[in-house]
Amino acid sequence: MIVIDNVWKEYGDQIVLERISLSIEDRAFVALVGPSGCGKTTFLKLLLGEEAPSRGTITLDGKPLAAEPGRDRGVVFQRYSVFPHLTVLGNVLLGKEFEASRFRARLVGPARREAIAEARALIAEVGLSGAEDKYPAQLSGGMQQRLALAQALIMRPRVLLLDEPFGALDPGIRADIHVLMRRLWNETDLTVVMVTHDMREAFTLATRVVAFERPRDRPDERERYGASLSSDILIWPPRKAGGLDPDRPDWDDPAASLGPSRDDPAPVLEGALA
Amino acid sequence: MRWINLKPSRSTQLLLMLAPFVLLALAYALGSAARLADNPSDKLLPALATLVDTINRMAFQPDVRTGELLLWTDTWSSLGRLFAGLGISTAIALGFGMAIGMFPFVRAFLAPFFAAISMVPPLALLPILFIVMGLGETSKITLIVIGVAPIMVRDLALKVMELPREMIVKAETLGATSWQIALRVVLPQVLPRLITCLRLQLGPAWLFLIAAEAISADSGLGYRIFLVRRYLSMDVIFPYVVWITVLAIGTNLLLDWLRAKVFPWSELGKTA
Repeated sequence: MIVIDNVWKEYGDQIVLERISLSIEDRAFVALVGPSGCGKTTFLKLLLGEEAPSRGTITLDGKPLAAEPGRDRGVVFQRYSVFPHLTVLGNVLLGKEFEASRFRARLVGPARREAIAEARALIAEVGLSGAEDKYPAQLSGGMQQRLALAQALIMRPRVLLLDEPFGALDPGIRADIHVLMRRLWNETDLTVVMVTHDMREAFTLATRVVAFERPRDRPDERERYGASLSSDILIWPPRKAGGLDPDRPDWDDPAASLGPSRDDPAPVLEGALA
Repeated sequence: MRWINLKPSRSTQLLLMLAPFVLLALAYALGSAARLADNPSDKLLPALATLVDTINRMAFQPDVRTGELLLWTDTWSSLGRLFAGLGISTAIALGFGMAIGMFPFVRAFLAPFFAAISMVPPLALLPILFIVMGLGETSKITLIVIGVAPIMVRDLALKVMELPREMIVKAETLGATSWQIALRVVLPQVLPRLITCLRLQLGPAWLFLIAAEAISADSGLGYRIFLVRRYLSMDVIFPYVVWITVLAIGTNLLLDWLRAKVFPWSELGKTA
């Protein structure tokens, strides 16, 4: 559970965000939308710990958020999310290597073989099998973002923050990666917060869409009034991580019987007739 | 068709590449022939045959006084000093450059200092170096280090700061410590740049080396050039200058080859 309580963010005189209060329950998929320059990315940086709020508090499971990025929060940016000097496998392994060896940051022996097996499984999961030895520059944009997801997920973060991760991709590729994203969210114990400017994407993926807007946007007001939350839409029918997907192809099929409910006629008991 | 769209074929390219060198050699040969026709004992532009003779003498016949093959002794002394100076500079650049680029505290502490000392003209410090460190190898190597290291430090620090912030944040979210980020994220990405920076500093390094050797040495390419200058021995000076150039070009190509070989991914970025 992430609780954002009356958060303000100011840079000098410029107020960027004001009066932001929001609770994000576990395993939610929240999409942050809004016009450009309205502070969505700033808000994500607050969640990431890259920036600190000027006022207000952010807590993760009741504890104040660490003041710097850490491994409980994974991230995928639109660009520069993967390391150009490492192969696909090296990129995915990196987090494991940081964890295992404090000074050399390298895995050796059986621990390395184990981590490689785990990394390969994850690489296959995101659809990159066969590309393990390629460098990111040899991958397409969509593949690079898949790699960035795998790299973040190997650390099993509690929260995954996405900053317009699919914004630079072609529509077809984007649709494919949406399918992947939804599967990962369903199968992993993960809360996702995604910044996007694509409404369609927001409503396709999210359980909840939160819009940022500047209520006062006259040029003379811009500096002293920041953006705040203008709407908070729960997607209907509700999507639940790990539950049935309302958008699955057979959604229009006849409803499966859930068993008798309260308003049904009472079942005839065999003993009553006798 | 516009000139900007006309591209030479491979053979034309080769021809164009060689043309300036051939023209220079031709101009030399003509000038030399004209001067020697006027005055057979002219020393300024020795004939090609004389040059070949001298090269043969310097490179393949032991010197009568010392019994050494002078060209090779000179080359080894000079390269030893040059690579010692460049090696020390590279180590300094790596340590300080990365620290300045990565840590705001170190940046606040040392960046202005390196910016200031990189502006000191190294040759102006040469007398001080000779006085303090004597006339031996130390002062020559130190001159190269002073001339080259501050610029390499600054270049590397800038390169580190140019790394996208996103990458560093990403490494942090993978649980990396500052040390781990330095070792696994920053270092491998700036090493290719360090090699490129080293290549660009080859010219200045040679300049400082020859300046130091000109003033005080008992062997070395710069020493030889300034020694034979007294006898107007252009037949030695010209080949030595060409030889220094060849060495510098060779080192340059070698370093670039090394970068492409050791860091194959640094080539990919160029084409992508």
